[in-house]
Amino acid sequence: MSVAQYVKAFTLWEFVKAHAKTLRYFFRAKATINYPYERMPQSPRFRGEHALRRYPNGEERCIACKLCEAVCPAQAITIEAEPRDDGSRRTTRYDIDMTKCIYCGLCQEACPVDAIVEGPNMDFSTETREELIYDKAKLLDNGDRWERVLAANLAADAPYR
Amino acid sequence: MIQAIAFYLFAAVVIVSGALTISSRNPVHSVMWLILAFFNAAGLMVLVGAEFIAMLLVIVYVGAVAVLFLFVVMMMDIDFAQLRTDVARYATIGLALGTALAVEVMIAAFAWSEGRIDLARRAAPIDPAMPNIAALGQLLYTRYLFLFEAAGFVLLVAMIGAIVLTHRERAGTRSQHVGRQVARRPQDATRNVKPTVGQGVEL
Amino acid sequence: MTEFFNTTVGLGYEWSWFLATIVGILVIALPLMLAVAMIIYADRKIWAAMAMRRGPNVVGPFGLLQSFADGLKVFLQETIIPTAANKGLFLLAPIITFTVALIVWAVVPFQAGVVLADINVGLLYILAASSLGVYGVILAGWASNSKYPFYSALRAAAQMVSYEVAIGFTLISVVLWAGTFNLSGIVLGQQNVMGIHLNGFGFNPLLFPMAVLFLISSLAETQRPPFDLTEAESELVAGYQTEYSSMSFALFWLGEYANVILMCVLNATLFWGGWLPPVDWAPLYAVPGILWLFAKMLLFFFVFGWIKATVPRYRYDQLMRLGWKVFLPLSLFWVFLVSGVLMWMRVGFGS
Repeated sequence: MSVAQYVKAFTLWEFVKAHAKTLRYFFRAKATINYPYERMPQSPRFRGEHALRRYPNGEERCIACKLCEAVCPAQAITIEAEPRDDGSRRTTRYDIDMTKCIYCGLCQEACPVDAIVEGPNMDFSTETREELIYDKAKLLDNGDRWERVLAANLAADAPYR
Repeated sequence: MIQAIAFYLFAAVVIVSGALTISSRNPVHSVMWLILAFFNAAGLMVLVGAEFIAMLLVIVYVGAVAVLFLFVVMMMDIDFAQLRTDVARYATIGLALGTALAVEVMIAAFAWSEGRIDLARRAAPIDPAMPNIAALGQLLYTRYLFLFEAAGFVLLVAMIGAIVLTHRERAGTRSQHVGRQVARRPQDATRNVKPTVGQGVEL
Repeated sequence: MTEFFNTTVGLGYEWSWFLATIVGILVIALPLMLAVAMIIYADRKIWAAMAMRRGPNVVGPFGLLQSFADGLKVFLQETIIPTAANKGLFLLAPIITFTVALIVWAVVPFQAGVVLADINVGLLYILAASSLGVYGVILAGWASNSKYPFYSALRAAAQMVSYEVAIGFTLISVVLWAGTFNLSGIVLGQQNVMGIHLNGFGFNPLLFPMAVLFLISSLAETQRPPFDLTEAESELVAGYQTEYSSMSFALFWLGEYANVILMCVLNATLFWGGWLPPVDWAPLYAVPGILWLFAKMLLFFFVFGWIKATVPRYRYDQLMRLGWKVFLPLSLFWVFLVSGVLMWMRVGFGS
């Protein structure tokens, strides 16, 4: 061991250096954001809470093809369908069990009419488990609420698919 | 008034916790009562003005010795039936010892009431204004220096003896050598190479 | 205070002394609890800042009320006692930790003459009382009747006993230099140390290594990182606190941080001049001594948090090695060295 190493060992040089480093970090700008009030930019492809969209005239897009139900790897989607009075094929029941959902996005990939989409909303929480079993009304409501963002996101992503 | 109350409080707790030390079923509880007894004994010593001894009692007995007791007792797996039969076996010896101690205390009390012997004062007159650490230090390091050193020496021998008796070198263990680790430098442990493409590195 | 009860209220001397002492205890203990709440907040903020995070910032301005929110939360929670636990000792353990953390403050001098009990074995009292702190941990671990708390209790027992030895010898060199066990006396002995107009044994090059040793040992004694082996969450869940909830858990926390504050104050008092200003210069004495003590305490608390944020946790055998094979011989040698130097200063090399 050289003299320099002895001096370093007995003056706890490595510790002093480490503490100098953390002290520098102490005065640095924070790396985190003030989350609920500030948010990080989100990709238009972000897969959050589900929504069922409508056409601009108010007609629901979903044609009950059940492709999403078939593709869903977690089997979280349940669909029942009947022809409506005007003869068009529509769902009578569209449930997503959000406790099963793994947010893989295969349902929105499978959908031929861009009806079921995963929106940007990621901080939804409930007080009971039952509230996490979404029915058609809840999904359509989500769609109405987020439509502007959903449409913009789809448009932004369209050139790449 | 307060001194009297404090004395009777400490004394009562010492006696009660002493009794509970030997009578409680769970050995951990026994140790806890013992600690309480030590603690209150320290309180009594403070009352008679021996604060140095009181603090030493707490530091050494409560702070270290009792912790080790507890350490051992906590890990014991006790068979209470076995314990009961053992109590019967040693009861006579215990009773004899207890009686002897009680008689000795009584003799001491009678002798004291007859007129106590001022031995400590005669051997080493103490200035009442002196704090008792200084008084103790002055005695220990002058008049009783030899005895003090001898006591220390006996303890040292006991300690080394214990180490010699229990320590054994085990062959084939891979122990950590901190000095060697500290002495190691990056340049001793790593090597910078620039391998040519497709050649790889000699390890 | 004693005179107030004696003359104004008209009680006997003993009872007025008794009441005055109780008032004194409250005057120390209640602000201490407030200080603990704020210091937990400060600790979290310091730690967060070193990790480039924000730390608590939601409850109150800058999150200042976070600790009170946490306190309210644990207060409203249910106290769960495991069925297999030894109920009496289980509940006694946090109370011991908390009480012991408070009793030590009796001998801490806040300013010249401002101390609850100015006893001449103050330093020994501190050693004695802080050695009791381990019982809270051991009992908690044992009474929980659960294996990780038990491991933690065993670790705590060995760790605290080991480092108390080193702390004891470190303090002996201070006592040798100051010539008294009385804390006020020790503080006054630090005035203008070595005749270089600085107040504090730490400025004495002979005692500076002991100041560092004491700082590190006090980290070990309060089980702060890097020596928090007793609650090493990667190994022992939460150590001896694993089975605790609600107020009994909160008492552990209060006790732990009261101990940390105490150790900061002791660092300041024993080595860095206590209530004296750092420089022996008349205008600085105009500032009340308690503010100097407070400032030094905060500085040391920052150092504690700083170390927590910087150094990774020790392995247990390394901890034991540091205590027994490094600190003990070093502090023992220093006792020898300091007493030798003192003898030389007094009588020289002559007979």
